[in-house]
Amino acid sequence: MATLIRVTGDFDLAEEVVQEAFIVALERWPHEGVPANPGAWITQVARNKAIDRIRREGVLRGKLESLQRLEALRAEAEAGPSEQLGEIEDDRLRLIFTCCHPALGAEARVALTLRSLGGLSTAEIARAFLARESAMAQRIVRAKRKIAANNIPYEVPVVEQMPERLPAVLATLYLIFNEGYLAASGEELVRTELSGEAIRLARILVAMLPRQPETRGLLALMLLTDGRRAARLDREGELVLLEDQDRSLWDSERIAEGLDLSREAAAGGPAGPYTVQARIAAVHAEAVSAADTDWDRIVRLYEWLVEVAPSPVVELNRAAAVAMRDGPKRGLELIEAIEGLDDYRPLHGARADLLSRLGRDEEAARAYERALSLDPNPVERRFLERRLATLPPR
Amino acid sequence: MQFMLALIAEERSWEDVTPDQMKKDLAEMGRFNAELTEAGAFVTAGGLQERATGTTVHYSDGEPLVTDGPFAETKEQLAGFWLIDVESLDQALAWAKKVPLSSGHVEIRPMVTGAEELLEKAEAS
Repeated sequence: MATLIRVTGDFDLAEEVVQEAFIVALERWPHEGVPANPGAWITQVARNKAIDRIRREGVLRGKLESLQRLEALRAEAEAGPSEQLGEIEDDRLRLIFTCCHPALGAEARVALTLRSLGGLSTAEIARAFLARESAMAQRIVRAKRKIAANNIPYEVPVVEQMPERLPAVLATLYLIFNEGYLAASGEELVRTELSGEAIRLARILVAMLPRQPETRGLLALMLLTDGRRAARLDREGELVLLEDQDRSLWDSERIAEGLDLSREAAAGGPAGPYTVQARIAAVHAEAVSAADTDWDRIVRLYEWLVEVAPSPVVELNRAAAVAMRDGPKRGLELIEAIEGLDDYRPLHGARADLLSRLGRDEEAARAYERALSLDPNPVERRFLERRLATLPPR
Repeated sequence: MQFMLALIAEERSWEDVTPDQMKKDLAEMGRFNAELTEAGAFVTAGGLQERATGTTVHYSDGEPLVTDGPFAETKEQLAGFWLIDVESLDQALAWAKKVPLSSGHVEIRPMVTGAEELLEKAEAS
């Protein structure tokens, strides 16, 4: 579909003709046999359908623009079906950069990427983001319209533009990943599929942009995080903290791949925020048990992260790591110094934990209550309530 | 295709502008316009007088009503514009980033190509 979108410059047309091509395939393949290169076959049929459609439109409206699109499609058709997978991947890469253009809002980028590259239906995307289908459809239509109205090109930015364009792409994929990862069990399965989709798209980036270490960093971070998925919730669907997780449940294959990629990313040049976070995840993954974790190294990596991507959330994570290395008192001091996270639930959760470790139960209880007042999801809510219940009665 | 680059900025008070500063600003703007022209992207451009010189006509059910001053009482106002002819938003953005400006904003808007486009949109919705 990415190929058709590039050539026709029309998301909707591309979508419709690809669907039609699949219907033709369903009719023909059972008795004619599956062609040697099914992907190229579908593209070819869809391209012919697009030519038919535009020709019909062109006759109706006699538009110059239709003629130009027709010209582009004919040139492609004459070149014959593309046998090389590389060309399809090129088109996908172009489309990723279009869908994640900085002129689109973050929500629109996520929706459009999933729709055009993830093959998710609008209804599925709406379910995954707990939005109404009509609202999600509206968001996608607006984004497509903005792309068309501004003639946003289907091209991979030149190397000089990468520092400006790549972060929006990486941030979009990471957002999709987290939306899937943080989904609680029992929620729609489609949400957990989002993580798989984000990983698949990140793999394309790594393969196509081998000189951008941050793409490796992001993929490594996703794999190392996703590798812990099975241990993140217990049998009852309750949240299990990293330190309490049964590490034998971790996906050793994913983690091994993530570790390799995180090393490659770190060796590839000055580390960006995803690479540093991947290194942090790698230190956790390399520890055979929670007690074995190299907290000093994690603290130093967080200090690095504060340098390359300063934010109060990163400071909070650093404070939590310092608490593990130097004790809860020092960690709490750092948390109290953070500004701008008054409504950030994890801050109150972390504060409550450290206060209770210091025996300041009364304050800990109030911090848990504050976290509970900030609209946690059901799994987090039960976790916080369990923690609160372990404190001595007041 | 054509884009408008709308310059939206806070008005400077004339007391804050020295003749030397004005000369420097004008020279920078002139260079920017020359670069646009050389690239074949320049269509037209203009700067607006200070907002106190503006007058607004309001239309509602009754007669057109004339009031003094700009439509929106915001600190930052439309101060000038360029109309440029380029291939895509990416090229328009590249120009917008070169506008000699130390504060304020440049809003980039694609222009409607003609009546036909508007009719099509009305039919499609």
